[in-house]
Amino acid sequence: MKKIILKFLTIGLVAVALPGARAQEIQVGKEINVLGQTKPIPVSLDGFTGEAAEVLKFDLFVQGFSFVAPDAAQYQISGSSAGDVSGRVTDKFAKKVVLSRSYNGASVRRQAHAFADDIVQTIQNKKGIGQTKIAFKSQSASGNGEIFVADFDGYNKQSVTSDNSIVAKPAWSPGKLAVYYTSYARGNPDIFYHSLSGGQRRVIAGYSGLNTSAAVSPDGAKVAMILSKGGSPNVWVCDADGTNLKRLTTGLEDSSPTWSNDGQWICFATKIAERRRLAKVSASGGPVKTLSTAGVSSPTEPDWSPDGKWIAFTSQTRDDFNICVIPADGSLPPTVLVAGQNPSWAPNSRTLVFNHEIGHRQVLSVLDVFTKQYKDCQRANGSNSQPAWGK
Amino acid sequence: MKMNKLVFPLVITLAASMATTGCKKGTPKTTIIPGHNQQIVGDGSGAGTVGNGGTMGGDNNASGTGLNTKPGGGDTANLDMFDGMIKDPAALAAYTVHFAFDSATVKKGEESNISAVASALASNSGDKLLIEGNCDERGTEEYNRSLGERRALALREALAKAGVDPSRVRTISYGKDKPADPGHDEAAWAKNRRGDFILLHPKAGV
Repeated sequence: MKKIILKFLTIGLVAVALPGARAQEIQVGKEINVLGQTKPIPVSLDGFTGEAAEVLKFDLFVQGFSFVAPDAAQYQISGSSAGDVSGRVTDKFAKKVVLSRSYNGASVRRQAHAFADDIVQTIQNKKGIGQTKIAFKSQSASGNGEIFVADFDGYNKQSVTSDNSIVAKPAWSPGKLAVYYTSYARGNPDIFYHSLSGGQRRVIAGYSGLNTSAAVSPDGAKVAMILSKGGSPNVWVCDADGTNLKRLTTGLEDSSPTWSNDGQWICFATKIAERRRLAKVSASGGPVKTLSTAGVSSPTEPDWSPDGKWIAFTSQTRDDFNICVIPADGSLPPTVLVAGQNPSWAPNSRTLVFNHEIGHRQVLSVLDVFTKQYKDCQRANGSNSQPAWGK
Repeated sequence: MKMNKLVFPLVITLAASMATTGCKKGTPKTTIIPGHNQQIVGDGSGAGTVGNGGTMGGDNNASGTGLNTKPGGGDTANLDMFDGMIKDPAALAAYTVHFAFDSATVKKGEESNISAVASALASNSGDKLLIEGNCDERGTEEYNRSLGERRALALREALAKAGVDPSRVRTISYGKDKPADPGHDEAAWAKNRRGDFILLHPKAGV
């Protein structure tokens, strides 16, 4: 009898660990590798110098590649960047050239980013992130700062604001050259909508109390935000221009709304019975449902991946912060990735931008979730944080 | 036996609904903040374009809502004013309330501070109050912005219980952006987890 029970228990344990993830290893010990984490694809780079080499390395690294000698590579990438960038990718095992292209126009960086995108498309059959943008806040010791936009690697940054006031939480309007952000420029935290092409901005939420944490729905039509005008900081939703405002939650301490990819759900951080939790509510209103993040403490600042599958968030302990990821369907416990805060997903749903501390300043960094590889972005002055990846 | 068959599914249903909605009973009362309870939708007219790094001057004509923005409505806010009134941070500086880590609960020991602030407001009927909620550096930014607001709101509720009309009280959160002590140790953090009371005086001649 005992033997049969033991057998059932073992099968039960294995069955619990397996569902959902594809290439999952079950590690005996502390962490279960719940994300089907992979080894990087080994490639060799040959013939590129200066900025082109820098860009190729950065872009490929954060999309899950590693750099090895040609003999050890699965793909050999060779070419030239003296003048314009040109290159080819050879599949070493199939012994054939799978990509051969030259680039011109714009800058060497842009060309190299375009080449990196073509490499990613060819090898991983995915759209690359080489030509995407981030928005972020840059803050000085006074507490004041400005909103910036930059290439996703931190280069070519431009300030969006120049108010020398407290700013926070930039968010892109999907598919548009426009951002929302919180600014104290008028003496109170207000949410602005700011067109990057026209340069005009207006307040879309300037109520008494707190207006912050704007998050735009994937179709760009609606904005979720945290307003305290109802007496406590809660999740509200309005149209992109601030009209048709509707309250979604009534808890005491809500923060950081983020939309599901189908625009149906809003995940946010909250406190229920004195415990900090992640929860979700229907975007059209309804009951609040908690999400399980058992195993890590104080989940906060959630961000829902564009493909709908994952929710990244910050886990906070008394002394530090960790970037964690859970499957959005709650089927597996959280995976702890790296030390840091404020994750924002790239359009590829595998790379994240976040910030982490180096000597009392925050520095932006880009992480590939599946290989856990990360690299710091080029730094702007001051403390850089709260990055938002344009999608 | 028959009773059990009926009661059991009922209990399950109740438990299930409570699990998803949370228990509504015992939710503390929260008071709506008066004032700018309308959105401000400007059309951006009358303002220069921003371009790279420019700022937008004179934004937000509250077209149609008759909603006041800030006096002198210029490029940036006059930091000595709040909502058309003059800030007096010194008057009630002695009564700053401090909070426990990750908490917005007003501690029992703070009662004398609350009373002092309530008295000050009682003797100056034209004045209003701005409560600034702050956090120590250890939380994430948006969580702290929300927590700072929650602290200011909790103090507002405490003042309401002490007889202050909540319509005279406004809140603002600075998250962890304005520490009282720039240090990175427990002593500094304890000073930063606070609510500051800023007395607001009417502008002369208003």
